[in-house]
Parts: sequence; C-alpha cells; structure tokens
Amino acid sequence: MTGAAGGMQLNLLAVIGRFALGFLAETGRLTRFTARAVLACVQPPFFFRNLLQQAMVIGYYSLPVVGLTAVFTGAVLALQIYIGGSRFNAESIVPTIVVLGITRELGPVLAGLMVAGRVSSAIAAELGTMRVTEQIDALTTLSTNPFKYLIAPRLIAAVVMLPLLVLVADVIGVMGGFLVSTETLGFGAGSYLTNTLDFMEADDVTSGLWKAAVFGFIIALMGCYHGYFSKGGAQGVGSATTHAVVSSAILILAANYLLTSLIFS
Amino acid sequence: MARTQKPKDGLKIELRGVSKAFGSKQVLNGVDLTVPVGKSLVVIGGSGTGKSVMLKCILGILTPDSGQIFIDGEETTRASGRERERLMQKFGMLFQGSALFDSLPVWENVAFGLIQGRGMKRSEARDIALDTLAQVGLSADVARLTPAELSGGMQKRVGLARAIASHPEIIFFDEPTTGLDPIMADVINELIVERVRELGATTISITHDMASARKIADVVAMIYKGKIIWEGPVSEIDRSGNAYVEQFINGRAEGPIQMDVLKP
Ligand SMILES: Nc1ncnc2c1ncn2[C@@H]1O[C@H](COP(=O)(O)OP(=O)(O)OP(=O)(O)O)[C@@H](O)[C@H]1O
Ligand SMILES: [Mg+2]
Repeated sequence: MTGAAGGMQLNLLAVIGRFALGFLAETGRLTRFTARAVLACVQPPFFFRNLLQQAMVIGYYSLPVVGLTAVFTGAVLALQIYIGGSRFNAESIVPTIVVLGITRELGPVLAGLMVAGRVSSAIAAELGTMRVTEQIDALTTLSTNPFKYLIAPRLIAAVVMLPLLVLVADVIGVMGGFLVSTETLGFGAGSYLTNTLDFMEADDVTSGLWKAAVFGFIIALMGCYHGYFSKGGAQGVGSATTHAVVSSAILILAANYLLTSLIFS
Repeated sequence: MARTQKPKDGLKIELRGVSKAFGSKQVLNGVDLTVPVGKSLVVIGGSGTGKSVMLKCILGILTPDSGQIFIDGEETTRASGRERERLMQKFGMLFQGSALFDSLPVWENVAFGLIQGRGMKRSEARDIALDTLAQVGLSADVARLTPAELSGGMQKRVGLARAIASHPEIIFFDEPTTGLDPIMADVINELIVERVRELGATTISITHDMASARKIADVVAMIYKGKIIWEGPVSEIDRSGNAYVEQFINGRAEGPIQMDVLKP
C-alpha cells in the first residue's frame, strides 16, 4: 500500500517537475527571442520595404474588421447603458459612459483581440511555413538576418498601427452609440455630441492608445515567436497558428488588467 | 593534440570529427573531410545518412555537438551574428527542397543575395538575375512569376540560379539534378563544372546520380553511418576496393549496406 502510494507521489512529483522545467525552458527561450527581436528593431540595417508592406497588411487591411467591431460595440453599449440609466432616471449619462467605455476599454481590447485573430495567426502561419520549407535557413545563407528582415518589420508595424486602428475604433464606436441614441433612444444630435465631448478627458483616449501599442507588440511577438520555432510540417504550422492566437489573446487580457490597475486608474 | 593544430594551407573547407545527434539519433559521428581551394567534392551516400545535415553544419544552420569546422583556415564552428553574416557572403547554397521565398517573384529570389546581402541597386541586380536565369534555361517571362507557379524542376533551377548569382567562393549543391530531365540535368552539370573551372569556386555537391557525380567531381567521398568511409579522386571510383562504394555506385540491393525494408 505505502509502496504504491509512494510510487504515485513520486510520479506526481516527476510530472510537476517536468512541467516546471518545461515552463522555465519556454520562458527562457521567449525572453531571449524577445531581446533579439527588440534589438533587431533598433539596429541597422532596416528593411523599409518590408515595414511598409507589413503596415499595410496589419493596419490598413484590419480596418474593416476593427470598424465593424467598433460600430456594433458602441451601439450595444448605448442600448445597455440606456436600460441601466433609466432605472434611476439618468438616461442622459449614455453619451458620457459610451465614450469612456469605448476609449478606455472596449476600443483597445476588442480591436486588440480582433487583430490578434487576424494578424497573429497570419504571421505565425507565414513564418511557420518559411521555417518548415527552410526559407528562414535560406535567408541566413544569403547574409540576411531573419530577425531584421522578417521579425523587426512586423513588430514595428504592429506597435505603430494598433494605436492608429484604435483611434479609428474610438471614433467609429462613438458614432455607433450616437446613431442608436439619436435614431431609437430619442437623443438630440447636438446635445449628444456636447455631452460626449464635455466629460471626456484626454487621458481617456491616450491611455487606450498606450494600451494598443502594447497589444500590438504582443500580437506581433506571439505570431513571430510561434512561427519562428514551429516544426514538423503542416501540422506543426497549424498548431503554431493556434498557439499564437490563444497566447496573444490571453496576454492581451492580462496586460490590459495590469496596465489598467498599475498605470491608468 | 590534433584538435588545436592549424589547418593546412590550400584548404577551403575542413571538418574535424564533426558529430551531430537529434535526440537519441546519432546522425553524424565524427566526420573528417577536407576540400582544397577550387576543387569540386561530391558526397554520395544512402538516403538519410546525414548528407544535408553535414552541409547545414558547415553553414551554421545547425550547430555540431562536437568537432570543428574551418573555412579558409578560420574556425567557424560556433560563429554567429555579424561574423556569421560576413562568412555567409562567401557561400551559395542550393537547398534540397529549393527553399525559394514564395512571397517574392522569381527574379527577386535570384537577386536576393545581391540586393539584401550586398546592397546592390535593384535594377542592376535584376539584370544579373535575368542573366543567371538564362544560364539555367529560364526566360524573362518566368522571372516575373512567383515560385508557386513553377514546376518542381523549374524551382530547382531557380534555386540553383539563386545560389550562384552573387558569384560566391564556395557553393553547395544539395541534389542539383534531382527532378530534372536528363538533358537539363546535363546542362546543370556543365554549369557546375564551369563555375568550378572558370570562376575558381570550391563546391560540395550531394547527388544520387552517378552520371552527374562522374561529370562534376574532382573528388568523391562516401558517407555511411555518420562517417566518411571512403574518399578518393573520381578516376578511382570504379576501383575503390571498397565494398560499400561498389555496392552504391552499381546500385545493387545485395551487399554490405542493408536497407531496413520489409521483404514480402
Ligand atoms: N531538424 C531535424 N530534426 C530531427 N532530425 C533531423 C533533422 N534534420 C535531419 N534529421 C535526421 O537526420 C537524418 C539525416 O538527414 P539528412 O537530411 O541529412 O539526410 P540525407 O543524407 O540528406 O538524405 P537524402 O539523401 O534523403 O536527402 C535523418 O534521419 C533525419 O531524420
Ligand atoms: Mg538530403
């Protein structure tokens, strides 16, 4: 009896130990990867052509997704706040809360999550395919550093484009709330806009934009990291893609909480 | 003490006791090999014996577990970063699977080393790329296509053009004629010979095609179970006196090399 129990305990310890070691190894690899990636962003040579191309792919082509997300979110926010506000005769609070909710939280977080789904997966799939077809090896044989040629442009583009996307999302989200409020909730257009602007502070917007830059970094980093280390053909690339999306989404939500509680509250 | 001695003059590439394992699988097990300046070495050996792994170790894509690699007398076994980038300027590599950049058109693949590696102007690099493509029998129309639009043999030739476009001192060809028709294979063989004879490049080629090996080799080396088991001038390959080499070049199923296959 005791022998069997002891064996089980040992087994459990071994499993926990393996888990911990694996986790530490992974953390170490990610840290080294991040350091190399950031270094590549600040050291020449810079590949401007790639940077522009990535800015298009990450920024411009994400506009429809981010715009649609923002307009519906703004609209539903107006509806819900109206319901809540009407319970204590405070319907007039709708414009203020809509703009606050969009700029401080929902704009950056939802845009971040949507772009994570779109871009992080695409980066992981592209780099993963390049890895398993030896294109990344071919880059090094052509005297080109893959961190500078592939990873730095994606990181910089994402960090720059995400705040711009969120700025667009802020405007469109407020528009969504405005449309619902004026069309179905009986608000006057002029008073809605004055209320929106009167109680809004610059910090509401800028805090959201700082968050967006961090989310952009997370999105590109996770896509590059999982793609760069993927192995084992189509299946490996597939799981790299999944890992990239899941890990960037979770890191975005965690970073959002940390940033809000430590800096922007 | 042999480990610390300086490499002999006139050697472009030298491998000393290079070993590499993946997990528990020992692929290279003390490879010793030398290639003199301007010579063409052909490496033969069964599938999965580590020929491609050996080239990747020399290129620094894989790091050997032990042993040393010298290029031009300089130890490069663990060179990385800037040093590796500088070293790579000397090399051209044709990958077994071509490894073309599928996001770039064919001509830009060929011009890549010139534009990114050497900072040449795009228009100038493009002319050289078109010229190199013509040497491997591909027209300017093909140059505009993307790699995905090409046949396997055409991709191989683009990979070959990319490997030689910047006139490197050392060129590795991993199965340059596999997947080509016999006539095009011979054209490629001649191209390789010309690179070595006329431009003085040092080459290592891997091939299973003995006709090709006889044509391009100065020296032939055979790898078996992670070691070089025979090395000699191509003229001696038919009287090597080595049972493994004889079995391999004659393509016989019977002999000292046993394939792990299930016989019905
Ligand atoms: N990245 C890797 N990870 C794990 N094992 C590998 C890796 N690369 C190669 N191997 C293993 O090393 C062995 C040698 O592979 P290599 O590609 O060098 O063979 P090869 O001699 O080039 O064969 P072929 O003539 O078929 O191309 C194979 O058994 C392969 O499974
Ligand atoms: Mg091979």
